[in-house]
Amino acid sequence: MTTTKKNRKKPVPRQPMPEQKPEIRRRNFKEVPEGYTVELAQAEASRCLQCRKPGCVAGCPVGIDIPGFINLVTEGDFTGAIRNLWGKNAFPAVCGRVCPQEIQCEGKCIVGKKGDPVAIGNLERFCADYEREFGSGELPPTSSTTGKKVAVVGSGPSGLTVAGDLIVKGHDVTVFEAFHKPGGVLVYGIPEFRLPKSIVAQEVHFLERLGVKVECNAVVGRSVSVDDLFEEGYDAVYIGVGAGLPRFMNLPGENQIGILSANEYLTRANLMKAYKFPAVDTPIPIGKNVVVLGAGNVAMDSARTAMRLGADRVRIVYRRSREEMPARTAEIHHAAEEGIEFELLTNPVKYIGNDKGRLTGMVCLRMELGEPDDSGRRRPIPIEGSEFEIEADLCIVAVGSGANPLLTESTADIKLNRWGYIITDPKTGKTSKKGVWAGGDIVTGAATVILAMGAGRMAANSIHDYLTWGW
Amino acid sequence: MFKIVRREEMAGGTVILNEIEAPKIAGREKPGQFVLLKANEDGERVPLTMAETDPEKGTITIIYMVVGRTTALFKSLQVGDGFQDVIGPLGKATHIEKIGKVVCVGGGTGTAVLHPITRAMKEIGNHVITILGARNKDLLILEDLMRKVSDDFYITTDDGSYGRHGLVTDQLKDILDREDIKQVVAIGPVPMMKFVSLLTKKYNVPTLVSLNPIMVDGTGMCGCCRVTVGDKTRFACVDGPEFDGHQVDYDELMMRLQSYREEEKVSYDKHCRMNG
Ligand SMILES: Cc1cc2nc3c(=O)[nH]c(=O)nc-3n(C[C@H](O)[C@H](O)[C@H](O)COP(=O)(O)OP(=O)(O)OC[C@H]3O[C@@H](n4cnc5c(N)ncnc54)[C@H](O)[C@@H]3O)c2cc1C
Ligand SMILES: Cc1cc2nc3c(=O)[nH]c(=O)nc-3n(C[C@H](O)[C@H](O)[C@H](O)COP(=O)(O)OP(=O)(O)OC[C@H]3O[C@@H](n4cnc5c(N)ncnc54)[C@H](O)[C@@H]3O)c2cc1C
Ligand code: SF4
Ligand code: SF4
Ligand code: FES
Repeated sequence: MTTTKKNRKKPVPRQPMPEQKPEIRRRNFKEVPEGYTVELAQAEASRCLQCRKPGCVAGCPVGIDIPGFINLVTEGDFTGAIRNLWGKNAFPAVCGRVCPQEIQCEGKCIVGKKGDPVAIGNLERFCADYEREFGSGELPPTSSTTGKKVAVVGSGPSGLTVAGDLIVKGHDVTVFEAFHKPGGVLVYGIPEFRLPKSIVAQEVHFLERLGVKVECNAVVGRSVSVDDLFEEGYDAVYIGVGAGLPRFMNLPGENQIGILSANEYLTRANLMKAYKFPAVDTPIPIGKNVVVLGAGNVAMDSARTAMRLGADRVRIVYRRSREEMPARTAEIHHAAEEGIEFELLTNPVKYIGNDKGRLTGMVCLRMELGEPDDSGRRRPIPIEGSEFEIEADLCIVAVGSGANPLLTESTADIKLNRWGYIITDPKTGKTSKKGVWAGGDIVTGAATVILAMGAGRMAANSIHDYLTWGW
Repeated sequence: MFKIVRREEMAGGTVILNEIEAPKIAGREKPGQFVLLKANEDGERVPLTMAETDPEKGTITIIYMVVGRTTALFKSLQVGDGFQDVIGPLGKATHIEKIGKVVCVGGGTGTAVLHPITRAMKEIGNHVITILGARNKDLLILEDLMRKVSDDFYITTDDGSYGRHGLVTDQLKDILDREDIKQVVAIGPVPMMKFVSLLTKKYNVPTLVSLNPIMVDGTGMCGCCRVTVGDKTRFACVDGPEFDGHQVDYDELMMRLQSYREEEKVSYDKHCRMNG
């Protein structure tokens, strides 16, 4: 505990991660934060008090041994640190970058009570990046083969976690993915400037080296059904298909040209690499005056993508105030730095277009906040007579998503709740259908990467029990 | 890779047929369903209907009109080459039932989409009347195949170079006037489907059309393919591609097909420069 005493005498400030300057990065797709050097990482690690009852661990949905791995960073044992992280989290390179740390681990860090919390996410990212660059790439030991076959449907963070956990336990795992590339939201949703696609590809490749088979272009429910999978000899099926159904506003004029769901816009930009058009064949609309509806991570990603594609003006239109914005603090901050404007307490009521059916603007209403609603947030109420028009040639709708019924419709014996999400046993991830588990966004509704991974880990343990003992 | 095992050119090279190895899809396809294809790493995902499948050989056949960058790129692929990705079967299968007299109307490459449906209509025991339309004789495709699966067979050309001089709707009107038609299936250019539907609505004959909006994923997650049917927004890739022709907002569909006109031109010009 000598480090603790030293820290108390001379407090080290939170080490900011070097990042591209806003005026440069707002027009390129390179990753924004550039990563810690060894020196910065160790300086940051030294800020951790190595608490006996660490609040941070309680704040992490998968209970990472945060003081443990940070201590190894302090000691310069980066290999030990990454091994420690892997114990609870298969993809620290991803979580270090995208977790909403401010409401999870870092939100509960004791150092944060008086100043800035320890930069746990940045340190996690550092360990993973260090391993990727300098590590041995050595594979973890795997158990001898059990002869049991598991099908994982969906290659998002939850499906990949299940695949990784079960392959090391000796099962034969095949991942079925509807898109032509694995990774789920990590490849089609979250942009390159926040999570480089090469990182996701490398994580998937790592699983493939362990023996996981990845079958892309397989739309379960259409190309093959869950029952077919059992007939083909699979002993268990995990469903991690995400919450990919786009929600629209259902306002007049919404089918005009220039109004896209965030799913479409981001899929074109990320998965199809349309930001390189015409070097690649998939086009993407380039807006001059862009409006993004919504204020979550998806909205921030859309707005920042639009800016990078050359917009003159990008506005986030949101019906509540800044406090209620659900996006990660870091994303809101980055977006603002890049010149994204926030049109808060504003709600669109109508799209306006020209005679060619192209969007030219929208009519909006100003709102004020009333009493708290079911979600505990103050309800926005329209201010009468406050209509005004804003100019827009591109509108990206990022107001949430729902459950895609494609798979569940084709598998009648999986019970769903009234919104179409799969009902599972909260302790095991089991669905109402024998031999079928589910987890991630298709169970919880749109949530976070780490929750999807946590659900995957829980289900993998239960699947392993089932395959080993039959329960 | 999904290998091309057979390739034919039709209608003077403006329409191409590819038979492709895709064993997993071939065994499952039903009439009316489609696949998404992507030629290479940087390619676009493009929807095409399966005109034919051979579960034993494990192949599917697509027939497409060369209209832009991606279809031109597909045209350049030879036997032995392949597509990097083929995804399917997608979309809902056509509801086929024995109801009596049915008219199948095909225009342009829509005929390729219509063929498996016509065949299924015939196999289940309907009396099938087929009308194929084209601008001129040279652009007509699949005449022999369609004739084989039809009880009565008519051709119309805009310029009168073959069959009846006129539009498919002229022929259809004559048939509706004299026979008790239970169902019409119309697949072709959007204006053709629109005018067929306007006509059959007057006669109160249920009409099925197959819509072709722009698509990305084909699984209901992007909303790019949205169409208005009976004042409701539907996603053609999962709710369709077939809809009640009397309910479709064709003008909106035609408008939305123009979404990327500028970009398509840029992409096609680049293609032409690179390929001479
Ligand atoms: C733009 C965006 C930004 C986000 N930013 C953050 C962030 O910063 N931090 C954070 O924690 N969370 C963020 N999220 C949320 C997070 O990405 C999700 O909660 C998480 O990815 C859910 O994981 P999942 O494995 O359940 O599903 P997904 O990641 O959605 O993966 C599901 C996969 O299943 C495939 N699939 C679907 N249907 C089928 C089928 N029938 N057959 C076969 N495959 C199928 C899909 O193609 C997809 O690849 C963001 C989400 C979006 C969209
Ligand atoms: C479910 C479905 C099934 C289809 N089946 C067939 C088929 O069996 N045979 C076939 O020839 N075509 C079919 N199409 C149309 C085909 O997908 C398009 O012709 C193709 O995407 C054009 O791509 P491109 O890059 O070559 O042309 P682009 O450069 O993208 O477009 C060139 C021109 O074609 C028009 N166009 C663009 N996209 C489409 C489209 N999706 N449909 C119609 N016109 C379009 C535009 O007006 C544009 O001016 C189908 C479409 C759908 C949605
Ligand atoms: S996984 Fe997420 S919540 Fe847990 S420690 Fe890492 S960054 Fe924090
Ligand atoms: S709460 Fe903060 S200081 Fe304490 S162990 Fe966790 S990271 Fe370190
Ligand atoms: S193509 Fe994306 S929803 Fe239909």
